Amino acid sequence: MDFEPSEEQQMLIDQVRRFVREEIIPLEAKLDPDASELEPDDHTRLVEKTKAMGLFGIDIPKEYGGPDIDLVTRVLLAIEMAQHRAGLYVPCYGTFGGAGLAQIFEANDDQKERYLYPTLRGEKKTFFGLTEPSGGSDPARAIQTRAERKDNGWVLNGAKIFISNADRAHYGIVFARTDASKGRAGITCFIIDTDTPGFHVRRVVHTLRSSHYATEIEFKDCWVSDHQVLGEVNKGFAVANDRLTRQRIPYAAGCIGVAIAAHEMAIEWAKMRSTFGDKLANRQAVQWMLVDNEIDIRTARHFTLEAAEKARRGLPFRVEAGIAKLTASEGGGRVVDRAMQIHGGMGMTKDLPLERWYREMRIRRVGEGPSEVQRMVIAREILGSNLR
Amino acid sequence: MRLRLDKPWKPLTSEEATRLPGQLGVYQVADATGTILFIGQAGARSPFGLRSELQREFAERGTGCQFRVEVNQQYRSRWFELLMLHKADHGALPADNAKNPPPNLGRLSPA
Repeated sequence: MDFEPSEEQQMLIDQVRRFVREEIIPLEAKLDPDASELEPDDHTRLVEKTKAMGLFGIDIPKEYGGPDIDLVTRVLLAIEMAQHRAGLYVPCYGTFGGAGLAQIFEANDDQKERYLYPTLRGEKKTFFGLTEPSGGSDPARAIQTRAERKDNGWVLNGAKIFISNADRAHYGIVFARTDASKGRAGITCFIIDTDTPGFHVRRVVHTLRSSHYATEIEFKDCWVSDHQVLGEVNKGFAVANDRLTRQRIPYAAGCIGVAIAAHEMAIEWAKMRSTFGDKLANRQAVQWMLVDNEIDIRTARHFTLEAAEKARRGLPFRVEAGIAKLTASEGGGRVVDRAMQIHGGMGMTKDLPLERWYREMRIRRVGEGPSEVQRMVIAREILGSNLR
Repeated sequence: MRLRLDKPWKPLTSEEATRLPGQLGVYQVADATGTILFIGQAGARSPFGLRSELQREFAERGTGCQFRVEVNQQYRSRWFELLMLHKADHGALPADNAKNPPPNLGRLSPA
């Protein structure tokens, strides 16, 4: 497959690259190094710009008002959008819109009116509630939150952890066990309004990603009507699986973007910095680190675009998405680490974005399915069985 | 880590502020009765972290206030947490935070 950008793709890439360099990075220089949000006025102004560029809601399908950009092009743009200090987790501070994992395109008409459309318009915020204290890598078995039939609805009891934005959201999609005897075939997805009695955000969970926090939430006799079931009862696992598989591609793209930014910084520094009478760039030890960076980036880029291309063509892409996520998160971590090494002491400081990328990139090897789970997925395919 | 910042208060004086470490972290300033007036953070833009922030607080507020600090690398998320906890406990942000509230502050209902 040839992944050289077409003329049209290159124009969009250049447009986003300019936006990042001329709009985002100058504003970022004035923010706290760990900030995840722009000032509200700046955010509003930049959203208007992305709308004028025709790129707002870039991940939203055309039938829902999105700009109709294919997945491969979106990956190329996501790589650009991540190339700033906060870019790994909040590319361009959300000024390109979208709702990530919580976009509920399988909703019925009533749910679309109440939740999907307001979310796509940027009026409602959402969260994605899957992981539980009992585990996140194997949600089919780990989900202990129960939903039981009561009064023409469901009563939820249980807890979720590492949930982003639950404290700020208007609603979330939450996975609960509705039939304990059926394993992954006994999980249902619910839409839960955060003002529903019995829904609680219990605490902040601090992580390496100090710029933003996750939360722990609890459902205590939280009753919702049948209208809040997303899709079919006992078919929620497929909803989760679909989200997680698709999300691996943009997740990988973000890692590549940050790796490219770190690599470019390292190249520039190596050409500029002299030690013991010679430029770093003239030392083999440094050259080899830069070469390894280049290989890690090209590898991840190739596999991520391959996964996107398969998804775009409607082919199975689960394995490719796993390889993309694996190579980008692990390779990206190595690139940032080498870039820090090349920068020496300055690489450890908050003066440069490297230390933030280092911390956040480490999470990427665990978030959205750890490296080991990606390897399991790939191994199943290679060995032609589910290895169970 | 304790959810709430419940260390003993110290008088906000120039000497106490000067003794503080130059590290990242969060802090609270209260009036003489212990009513919290402000929850702040010493981020990486503070020249000498908590010391700089509390010296500034003293210069702006003068005598009669109290403070307490927590050294914390996760000063951003801890700051949001303390603001949300205060809101959950008291129904509102501290008076001086309410003048310029952070955008999109979340809601907590700690058990």
